[in-house]
Amino acid sequence: MATTAVSVEKKNYINAEYGIRSWLFTTDHKRIALLYIISITAMFFIGGFFALLIRLELLTPAGDLLTADMYNKAFSMHGQIMVFFFLVPSIPATLGNFLIPMMVGAKDLAFPRINLLSWYIYIAAAALYLWCLASGGVDTGWTFYTPFSSQFSNTHVVEAALAIFIAGFSSILTGLNFVVTVHRMRAPGMTWSRLPLFVWSHYATSIIMLLGTPVIAITLVLVALERTLNLGIFDPTRGGDPVLFQHLFWFYSHPAVYIMILPSMAVISEIVPCFSRKRVFGYNFVAMSSIAIAAIGFLVWAHHMFVAGISVYAALVFSFLTFLVAVPSAIKVFNWTATMYKGSVSFSTPMLYAMGFIGLFTIGGLTGVFLGTLGVDVHVHDTYFVIAHFHYVMVGGAVLGFLGGMHFWWPKISGRMYPESWGRLAAIIVFIGFNLTFFPQFILGYVGMPRRYWDYSHMPEWQALNVLSTAGASILAVGYLLPMVYLLWSLRYGKPAPDNPWQATGLEWRTASPPPTFNFDEIPEVTWEAYEYEKMPLPEEVTLER
Amino acid sequence: MTEPSEHIVSAKLYWFIWLVLIVGTVVTALVARVDLGTFHGIDANTVVALLIATFKASVVVLIFMHVKYTHEQMVKPLLIGAVCWLLLLLILSLTDYSSRFAG
Amino acid sequence: MSDSHTIGEAPLAVEHADRPELRHHFADVEQQRNAATLGMWWFLGTEIMFFGGMFCAYLIYRRWYFPEFAAASRSLSLPIGTFNTTVLICSSLTVAMSVRAAQLGNRKMQVRMLLLTLVFGLAFLGIKTKEWSDKYREHHIPTFDYNVVGGEGDLIQENKHLLGIDKVENDPVKLRAREAEIQQHTKVFYSLYFALTGMHAIHMLIGVGLFGVVTWMAHKGRFTPEYHTPLEIAGLYWHFVDIVWIYLFPLLYLIDRKPIS
Repeated sequence: MATTAVSVEKKNYINAEYGIRSWLFTTDHKRIALLYIISITAMFFIGGFFALLIRLELLTPAGDLLTADMYNKAFSMHGQIMVFFFLVPSIPATLGNFLIPMMVGAKDLAFPRINLLSWYIYIAAAALYLWCLASGGVDTGWTFYTPFSSQFSNTHVVEAALAIFIAGFSSILTGLNFVVTVHRMRAPGMTWSRLPLFVWSHYATSIIMLLGTPVIAITLVLVALERTLNLGIFDPTRGGDPVLFQHLFWFYSHPAVYIMILPSMAVISEIVPCFSRKRVFGYNFVAMSSIAIAAIGFLVWAHHMFVAGISVYAALVFSFLTFLVAVPSAIKVFNWTATMYKGSVSFSTPMLYAMGFIGLFTIGGLTGVFLGTLGVDVHVHDTYFVIAHFHYVMVGGAVLGFLGGMHFWWPKISGRMYPESWGRLAAIIVFIGFNLTFFPQFILGYVGMPRRYWDYSHMPEWQALNVLSTAGASILAVGYLLPMVYLLWSLRYGKPAPDNPWQATGLEWRTASPPPTFNFDEIPEVTWEAYEYEKMPLPEEVTLER
Repeated sequence: MTEPSEHIVSAKLYWFIWLVLIVGTVVTALVARVDLGTFHGIDANTVVALLIATFKASVVVLIFMHVKYTHEQMVKPLLIGAVCWLLLLLILSLTDYSSRFAG
Repeated sequence: MSDSHTIGEAPLAVEHADRPELRHHFADVEQQRNAATLGMWWFLGTEIMFFGGMFCAYLIYRRWYFPEFAAASRSLSLPIGTFNTTVLICSSLTVAMSVRAAQLGNRKMQVRMLLLTLVFGLAFLGIKTKEWSDKYREHHIPTFDYNVVGGEGDLIQENKHLLGIDKVENDPVKLRAREAEIQQHTKVFYSLYFALTGMHAIHMLIGVGLFGVVTWMAHKGRFTPEYHTPLEIAGLYWHFVDIVWIYLFPLLYLIDRKPIS
C-alpha cells in the first residue's frame, strides 16, 4: 500500500456526508456556495442565449430573424437575467459565501440557516422568472420604465417584477449575513486592518445590498399594484409622474452596478498581490475606497435620467457627483498597478484575468465618466455607446473577476488543479472575443446607432461593425464554454491540489484543499498582517504532494 | 458562563415612557387643529407634528429598544446611517422636483 | 507565523452540551446574542429604506397636490387614527415589559405581557379593517368605484376653499375641469394611503405571527435571564413597526386639520 501524503479518505466538506438531502438541507456555507455556483451558471447560460438571439438578429440591418416584439423580449430578459440572476448574486453568493468565513477565521457565517434560506429564495425567484419566460416573457427592457410597464405592455410584467422582488430578499439576506459575520465572527487577532481586501470589498457590497435593494423592492411592488389595480401613480394622464419611477428605480439600480463590480475588485485585490509576490500597495486606500464607492455610489443615480425630463439643475448636481464616484475606483486601479510594479509577476490564469480586468475596467470606467458628462450624454444616451460602456465594466470587469476568482480558488473549492494551459488559453480567448464584441459598439454608439433597435435598415453602413461584434461574441462564447469543460474535467482527472498551491497569504490557504466542514481543525489566532508576501516561499519551491 | 449583565430597565421608566408617548400622540392630534401659520414658507403644523413624531420615535428607540443601554457600538451609527440614507433619497430627488416647473 | 494559543474543540463541546441553544459556530452565548441583535438591527435598517421608498413617493406627490391631499386626509377619521396610535403604543409597552419579565426570569409575566401584546396588535388590525371598510363605503378605494365628487365620499362640499372650488363655482367648464383634477389627485393620495397602511398592516400581521411563536416559546419556559434572544429580536421588530406608524399617523391623518373658518 503506497503511503500518500494526501489521504484520499480525509474528511472534507464534500465527502463529509452523502446524499441529496445532505446538500439540500445543508447549513455549511461551502456547500451552499456550490449550490449557488450551479444555479447562477445555469441562469448565466439562459441569459447568454438571449444575447445570442440579439447578436444574430443584428448581423443584418433588416429585422429578419425575430419580430420586433420578440426582439424586445430578448433584450429585456437578457438584461434582467444577467443583472438580477447572475451578476448581483454571482461572486458574493459563490466565492463570498465560500471564503468569507475562512478569511475571517470563523467556522461558518453568522446565520447559516439564513444562508440556506437565501439560496432557496433565489431558486424560488428564478423559478418564477423562468415561468414568466415560458409564459411569454416580458418586453419592458430590464429597466421596467413606466408607463409602458405599468400600463401598456401586454407581457408578463407582474410575474417578472415579483420574481425580481423575491430575488432581492436573497440579496438582502446574503448581505446581512456578511455584515454580521465580519463584525462578530472574526478570529482572535483578526483586526479590521488585517482583513483581506476581499472581505472589505464584500463588506461594502453588503452595505449597498442592504440599503439599496429595499427601494427597488418597494418600487416593483408599486408597479405591480399600479398594473393590477390601475392606480395611475406613474401615469401622466392621471396626475402621476413616470420620472418618479425612474428616480426610485435608479436609486437602487445605480448602486447595484457597484454591487456587481466591488466583489470582482475584491477578487483582483487577492490575485494581484499573490502573482506579484508583493503586498498590496496602499492597503488602507484600497479598503477605504471600497467604502467610498459604496457611499458615493448612492449619490449619482439620476445620471441615468439626464434626458428623461428632470430639471437641468438636478442634472448638473448629479453630473458633478458622478465625477466624484470615479475617484475611488481610480485609486484601486492605481494601487493594483503599483502593486505589480517591481513585483515578481507571473502570468498564471488568474493573473491573466486580473490584468484583463484592470485594463478593461479602466476603459469601462472612463467611458462612464464620458457618459456622466452632461453634454456628451445628451448625444450618446440610449445608443450603443452606453451598451459598450456597461459591458466593459460588467463583462470585462465583473465577469473576468468572477472567472479569475473561480480559477484562483478552484484548488481550494474542489481539491483539484485545473489544467493551466487550457486556463490561459481560455482567458486569452475571452479577452479577444470580448474586445471584438464590444469595442465596435463604442463606435456604433458614437455614430448614432440607438440601443434596443431590432432593425437598422435606415443605416446599412452600420452592418460591418455589427458583424464584427457578432463574430466577437462567438469567440467569447467559446471562451466561456472552455472553462465549463476543463473545470468539470478537473474534478475527476485534475491533479490533487495541495493546501496552498499558489503560496498565497490568507487564512483560507492554511486549511486543507478542500477544507473540512468546520473550516479549521483549530481556530487560528492571527498575529500577522495581511499580504505578507515577503515571508512566503515562491510556489515553485514547494514540492507538490502527489 | 455568566455574561456581562444586561441592563434591566425599571418598570416605572417603561410606564413613564408609555405616558410620554400617549401624551405626545394626543398633543399631536390637538395641535393639528390649531393654525400655527408658516415658518419661512414651510407649514408650521407639519413641522411640529413631525418633530413630535421624531421625539416619540427616539424615545421608543432609546428606551424600549434599549439603545440607550446597549454596549453594541454599531447600533447608533447604523440607525443614523439608515435614516441619513433615506434623507439622501428624499433630498436628492427634491433637487429635481423643486426645480422643475413653477407648479 | 505562529499560531500558538488556539481555541481547541474540547472546551467548546462541553459548553455546547450545557447550552443546547448555543449553535456550534459561535464561541459563546454572548457572541450569538450579539450577532442576532446586530442582524435584526441591520434588517430594520433595510426596512427603513423599504418604507422609505414609499415615503419618498408620498412626499413628492404631497408637495405637488397639497390641497387635494389635505382634503383627502381630512376624510380619515382623526379620533380612530389617534386611538389606533395609542393601541400600538400600549403594545410596545407590553413588549418591553415582556422582555423585562424574561430578564427577571418571570415566566408568568412574560406570557401575560405577550398575550396582551397580541391582543393590542390584533385590535390595531381590527380597527384598521373598520377604517378601510369605511373607505370602501365612501368610494375612496381606487379601483373600487372610486369617486370623491358627490355621493357618500364627497370631498368637495366640506373643502371648497381648500380645493379652490369657491373660485370656479360659477364657471361650469372650469368647475368640471377642477373636479376632474380633484378626482385624479385625491386618487393618488388614496393609492399611497392604502399602499402605506397596507404594507404596514402586512408587517403587523407578520409581527403577530412572530409573537404567536414567541408566546408559545415563552409558555414552554424556553426563555431564561441568560437566553431570551428570540424574544428580544422579535421585540425590536415590533417596536420598529410601531415607529413606522408613529410617522404614518401625522403624515397621513394630519396634513391639514385646521378648522374651516
